[in-house]
Order: sequence, then structure tokens, then C-alpha cells
Amino acid sequence: MTADAASAPVEGTGAAGPAKDGPAARGPRVRTATAYPRYVAGKVAGAAVSLLAVLVTGFFLFRLIPGDPVKFMTGGRQVSAEQLAAYRREFGLDLPLWRQFTDYCGKALTGDLGTSYQFSAPVIDKITEALPNTLLLTGTAFVLYTALGILLGTRAAWRHGRLGDRLGTGLALTLYSLPSFWLGLLLIITLSVGIGPLPGLFPTGGMESGGEEGLAYVLDVAHHLVLPVVTLVAVEYGQTLLVTRSALLDEMGSDYLTTARAKGLRDDLVRRRHAVPNALLPTVTLIFINLGRTVAGVILVETVFSWPGLGGLFYQALSVPDLPLVQGLFLVFAAAVILMNTLADLLYPLFDPRVGR
Amino acid sequence: MDTNDQYGGRRRIPGRARLVMAACAAALTLTAGLATPLDPAPRQAAAADDGKKVLTVAVAQSVDSLSPFLAVRLLSTSIHRLTYEYLTNYDPEDNRVIPGLATEWKSSPDKLTWTYTIRSDSRWSDGEQATAEDAAWTFNTMMTDEGAATANGSFVANFEKVTAPSPTELVIRLKKPQATMTALDVPIVPRHVWEKVGDYSKFNNDKEFPVVGNGPFVLTGYKADSYVRLKANKDFWRGAPKFDELVFRYYKDQDAAVSALRKGEVSFVAGSPSLTPAQAASLRTEKNIRVNDAPGRRFYALATNPGARAKNGERMGDGHPSLLDRRVRHALFMAVDRKTIIDKVFQGHAVEGAGYIPPRFSQYFWKPSAEQELAYDPAGAARLLDRAGYRKNGDGERVGEDGKPLTYRILCHATDPNDKAIGQYLQEWWGDLGIGVTLDCLDNVTDPWLAGEYDLAFDGWSVNPDPDFVLSIHTCAALPATPKDTGATDNFICDEKYDELYARQLAEYDPEKRAGIVKQLQSRLYDLGYMNVMAYPNAVEAYRTDQIESITTMPAKAGNIYGQDGYWSWWSAVPADSGDTGGGPSSTGVVAGIVGGAVVLAGLGAFVAMRRRATAEDRE
Repeated sequence: MTADAASAPVEGTGAAGPAKDGPAARGPRVRTATAYPRYVAGKVAGAAVSLLAVLVTGFFLFRLIPGDPVKFMTGGRQVSAEQLAAYRREFGLDLPLWRQFTDYCGKALTGDLGTSYQFSAPVIDKITEALPNTLLLTGTAFVLYTALGILLGTRAAWRHGRLGDRLGTGLALTLYSLPSFWLGLLLIITLSVGIGPLPGLFPTGGMESGGEEGLAYVLDVAHHLVLPVVTLVAVEYGQTLLVTRSALLDEMGSDYLTTARAKGLRDDLVRRRHAVPNALLPTVTLIFINLGRTVAGVILVETVFSWPGLGGLFYQALSVPDLPLVQGLFLVFAAAVILMNTLADLLYPLFDPRVGR
Repeated sequence: MDTNDQYGGRRRIPGRARLVMAACAAALTLTAGLATPLDPAPRQAAAADDGKKVLTVAVAQSVDSLSPFLAVRLLSTSIHRLTYEYLTNYDPEDNRVIPGLATEWKSSPDKLTWTYTIRSDSRWSDGEQATAEDAAWTFNTMMTDEGAATANGSFVANFEKVTAPSPTELVIRLKKPQATMTALDVPIVPRHVWEKVGDYSKFNNDKEFPVVGNGPFVLTGYKADSYVRLKANKDFWRGAPKFDELVFRYYKDQDAAVSALRKGEVSFVAGSPSLTPAQAASLRTEKNIRVNDAPGRRFYALATNPGARAKNGERMGDGHPSLLDRRVRHALFMAVDRKTIIDKVFQGHAVEGAGYIPPRFSQYFWKPSAEQELAYDPAGAARLLDRAGYRKNGDGERVGEDGKPLTYRILCHATDPNDKAIGQYLQEWWGDLGIGVTLDCLDNVTDPWLAGEYDLAFDGWSVNPDPDFVLSIHTCAALPATPKDTGATDNFICDEKYDELYARQLAEYDPEKRAGIVKQLQSRLYDLGYMNVMAYPNAVEAYRTDQIESITTMPAKAGNIYGQDGYWSWWSAVPADSGDTGGGPSSTGVVAGIVGGAVVLAGLGAFVAMRRRATAEDRE
């Protein structure tokens, strides 16, 4: 996550950078009507190649994990040699590696991700079962921490150096550096169990009490959603805040802002209509990176709050290793990131017309 | 507002107002939860609003499958114990075999035919009678369908033929004698429901509820990694359970589960596999919570590599040759201070090791006689090593005849803090003897283990009421066929005398005589020095006494509650009268609702006010 934070802004300006001085560096380029479609085609093709690479690496990468799935599944109980052989046949582990690989590729291309070893259920079912739960949690948190990060970030930059900025940025940095599981546990102990005169307000974990229907179910889930979302927002919003703040600070001295002020615009409007749009590119990059990550779930927060999402599923799959499930999840996670990055690439020209020209 | 076309015509919401809106959205999300369920906690706990007594158990394990043909995990098999009858059960008093679906059983003089009388007072939850035909069908399906043999195939491996001559008579014909015929832990399923299933390797029994069964509870709902819901079977032949509902709720994090117990959201926390000493200590001081520090069913041992070999005689791995000398193995164990391990590492939550089978199984428990015992005696260990030819050199290192200092690798589980802590003690104790120790702590120990690439290893197994399985893993028959194969062997032990005793106990149908042979087996294992049991870790669990008034432990005197061999704990649990979890959660909900509502209203008010002000500013 820290790596993302560091690379995000760089990547953002990187995307815009070559384009800015592209014409000068590579000599005159003729603008044609096909420029944007060609840009799009290039990006989409790149994404397709990445996805294929993921498909292949996923297969071999997870076969490097030490451990024999059959031994793990049969450990600690009485199994006959016939049962062991049956397991291997069932999992296709008795086939040579190249056959396993071609089977896997062939099936994956038709949308069949195989059957989970440990749950004896189609991988696709296990993923679609947990995906909405993860999206509900990470999606809600994403919307909140992005909005909060941008709002507080622009304000902090606009009034940089003042007490408000120092406090706000300091708080954001502090929360950003907290381990999410620790903060989560702290919230459980204080807000969920209750401490001193404070009663327990929220459930200690899970996504639902079970048995509710209709509106009661929706409200019950919302009730369970509060603490994990608060944890995620608290830990994550600092990143957006810092990126937005520094990008905006870069723009602060620009001449066009002086011009805008000279026109007699209110400070608020100068910031909103002139400074922020120009400073948004790194933040947009970060937003899409975060959006791609929402699918992968958040293992630690999911664990502390016993949220039945993809993060926990991935952990369980790795510990066997439950190869079809691991590969399927890896593919879905990677596809989400690739999709979002491609989408970001396609959207850059809208924010900065110099990109993709 | 639309008049500001100078700056672009689209209507924009002023910045401050947007901030407030975002805050409102956040507040709404947060307060929605706060404001709603007026009875957040007690619903799962004891008496729910409709007067139902619900027992909620915090579990950490995911369900692998709800099909009895596929499930192998403790949680899933525990659920099957609750929802299906097995032929036999185990007495919660002392683990002895008692009737289950079968009321009595007898074997033929040639020991190959077993006849079970099936009870006629057990009905499936859809009203059909449970018969011998159901049992015969269950076993036959496992014998003929590879998918159905996934979980319990080993139980029928020695079956030749299973028939049901009448609805109350089940006949099993064996290939060779097998003493474990009263310990067939296989759920008997209703034929009329299950014969419609197509592929047993894919059917997980988790789509249609309630699931037809005949145990003390009926499975009524399941959501992956959220909950498993069961309701009491009022017609259960042994008597209805006292609680109306039993819910297993999923808590991935043990600290969160302990918090839930403190709050009263759950009535029981099992721990996986046990509560930590710190958690147990903090719960002990809590009112209305009882910590059950029960003798466990596991043994925790130090295994030594006996020079691993495959069945074809080929050598495997790289175990230290000095360990082939029994005196060295004994010396190593004599330098292990078991009492310190119990006191310091397990912090008292374990019992000092003796024989292979934990004392909880009193029928089979064996401990070495005074002269046989390898008691803690570092000086004696040093003398023994001297005698074996491993003497200390000038640097204080023990060297063999080849002049190389003795250094052992110990395989340890990186995920087990006990392994690491004991490993450090061993470094110290064996260091005093002049022996070097390297700890190989790995996330996944199976690869070096199966290849025999270790000198010593931390080992442990959960023991069943019938000890056959944990004994079978030390027979020569369990070795891998070739070094490339995987065998059922635990530690590559292959001893002729042990094998002979093992075969004798398996063919001995008289329980007392068989127990005697099992004790001899343990004595032999102890003398060999390949499996040195250091401790029997306790099962530490906790429950709320204001929700559960009484519950049966197994064994009755001092036993555990979760993961019993049988349905005794949940079937016998008596709800406490009070039912209230303290703290008045329903009033909490009301207060929270009011506070939440107020916050939302205040937010809305502020939003409207700011919007109006901003509009006025924009018009300037």
C-alpha cells in the first residue's frame, strides 16, 4: 500500500509528462483525426496483453508455493491410498504440468475457472458469492475516503502552513500510518463492546445477524458496515489528502491563478474552477488505482471484522494452496487493476487534452 | 443561481456545501446503522424477542462443505454430528462406545460379519422412518462412488458387502477383522433424499433448507463465512435439546470473538484451537463468564527421524545418523525439562506428557513405569551420550567418532508460537549438553517433512476415542511405497514388534484386551524414542453463564465443550433464566437512534443554511 502511495503521483505525472513535451522531443507530429482512436486502441491492446500475462504467470506463480494440496486436505485423518489417488485425479494433479496448463488456459478462456479443492464448488461461484460483500465494504469506504481526501486536501493546500493545515495533515498522516487491524480492534473494544459509560453501539463482526429480511436486512447490514468502513476511511483518506494537497501546492504559484484573482474572482471560485481542475491529474490516477484495489478486498480489515469477502477467501485459498481458487482470484484481482488503469488512461485526455494527442 | 454564466453556466454546488453534503452522507451511513436495530445484541444471544432461546457459538473455521460425503473440517463434521445420527456414539462420561442409530451390535465367530440392530424410533425431519436401508445405502454409495468416498472412504475400505435384510437389521461383511467397527464415524443420510443427487463430488448440500436429518438439530440456514443456523429437533429420540436454536457465527479474529463474548453477542467461544493464556486470564476476571480449561485431546511431541525409508527399502531424506542410536534419542529427551515447558510456554494450560494417548481417554491412557521413565535428568543425559561415544571436546562440543560436532535441525511450524518458544529452550538445554541446534521454522513444513529432510520435528495429533488411526501412522505399512510417493506415515517409524502389536489390537474384539494391547503399543513407542510426548495441551474455551446455565463436558468430570465426539454439549446445554446480557442493549439502541437522528438533522440544517448563504455570495 505504501508502494502504491509513493508511485501513484509519479505515475500520474509520468503519464502526462512525455505527452507534454512529446512533440518537442520526438520532432513535429501531425495531428490527425485518428489520434485518439489510435491511443485508445494502443491502451486496450496493452491491457489485453497484460491480462494474458497474468493468466500465464498466475498458473506458474502459485505452483511455486510449497505444499501439497492433497496432503493438506487429507492431513490429520485416515485416508487410504485409493482416496489419495482419487483426490489427485479429481484435481487433475496426476496430469503432466503442460497438460494442466493447457487445460487451465482453455477453460479460463471460456470463463470456467475450475473447481475449488477445499470447497468442492465452482471457483466462479465462490468469487461471485464474496465479491458483492467486498465491493459493499471497500466501495463504500472508497467513496467516502476519496471525497474526504480531496475535500480536505484542497483545503489544506489552499491554507497551507496554517494551523488548520498542520493539524489536518498531521492527523491524516497519523491515521494513515496506523495498522488497520489495530485501529479496527480498538474500535471494536470501544464502540462495539462499550467502555466505561459508553454502551456497545455496533456489532463486533460479521456482515449480518442472520435471519433478517427486506428493509430490516438492509439496515442490519448497514449497522455491521459502520465500523469496518470507519476503519478503512480513517486509514485510507490520508493518502488522497496528501496527493491532492501536494498537487495543488504545485499549482499555487501559477500565473493563471494571479490572473484569475485579478479578474476579481472570489478565492473560493479561483480554487474550485481554476486551481483544482489543473491539479487533479495525480489524484485521478490515485483514484483509479484505489478503485482497482477495491476488488482485492482488504484482508486485515476483513479479518478483524469477520467480513465474508474476497480478501479472506484469498487467504484461505493460499494456505492450502487451493490452486484453482488462487488462480481465479488472482485473475479477478489483476483484471480489476488492469481495467481501472486502462480506464484511467482513456480518461486522462478528458482531464488534460495534451495527453493522447 | 443559474445567472452566473460568466463562470460557466452549469449550476454548481458551493464547496462548503459539498463538504457538508459529504459529511451528511457519511453521517447517514454511520447513523443508519446506529439508529436501526433496536435490539442489536440480544437477538443472537439468549432470549430473542419472540421468546426463542438461541445459543450462539463463535467459530473461526470456514465450512468446507455441508455434504457428509465431502466434509472433513471440525466445524463441518460437528454440524453433521448434530444433524445426522451415526451408528454408534461415545459416552460423554468416559468416551466408551454407546448406541446411536444402532441399538446393539454383534460380530460373527469368524470376526468377519457384523450385525447391527437399527433403532425404530428415529425419524427423518420430513417424517420418514430412518431404517437400516438408509445406512446400507450410505455405506454402499461410499464403496461404489469415488466422489462419495472423498471424506470417509477409509471407513469402508475393508468392507466387502453391506446389506439391510430388514428395516432394523444392518449386516456388514468385512474382508479381514477390524476392531474399529463400533467407531464408524460416518453420518447416515436419508436415502430417499440423497439418491437424487447426481455428482457426489460436487454436491455441497447448502442450497435447500431445511436439510432433512435425524440428529438433535436440523440445519435450517447457511451463509458462507457468516453463519450456520440450526433449529432444535423436537422429535429427537434421545429427547429434544433445551435451546430452540443453535447458531455458529463466524469470527475470523480470536480477539474479536472474545470481544463478542464479553459483550454477550455470542454465548460461547471455542478458540482455534484454544484461547491464548492472555485471553483466558482476562476473561477469568469477567463477571458471568466461565473459562473452561479442559484436558485436550492432542499430544504435543518431539519426533526424531528414524532414518527415513520408503517401503521398497530405499533411503529418504537426510536425518542425522547419530539419531539411529537409541541412547542418543533417550539422552536428548532426558534433557528436555517438560515441567518448564508446561509452566513457561503453555503457562499452565497443558498437562505434562507421558504416553502417546492423552489421559482424557482413560481407557487407553498409559504412562511409563518409574524405571522405564525418561525423567528430566541432564546429568544422566550427558553420561548416556558419553557412553554412546559422543564426548565433549576441548570447546565443549560433543563430537562423534568422525570428529564432527553434533548439530541437529529441528523442523518447526512458523505459525505456532509454542514451537518457537520450546525450540529456544531446546537450544539452551541441548547447548548445555554440547549439542548445537538450528531451528527451521517454516510456514509450510510438509515438504521437508514428507521428504524426511529433518533431524527432529515438533509433532502433534488430535486423538479420537478409537485410537486406531493415530497408532496406524507408525506402522511399516504406512511408509510411502517409493521415495517419490506420499505415505500415511507420520514419522517414518517402522518397527517389527510395533507392527505385530498393532495387527493384534486391530483384530481384538474384546475392548479390555484390546486396550491392554494398545497400552503395550504405547510402551513400545516410548522405548523406541522416536515419538517423545512433551505435553497434552489443554482446550481453553469460555462461555457466558448468564446465557448458558449448564452444559455437558466430555469427559464429564473435566472435559471440553467444542469439538466433542458426539452432540452432547449443544444437545444438553440449558439456557439461563435471566437471558439478559446486561447493559440493556435495547435501550442503547433507542439512545443511539435518537443521537443518530439528531446528528443527521443537524447536518441537514447546516447544509441548508450554508447553501443559502453560498447562493447569496455567488449573486454578488
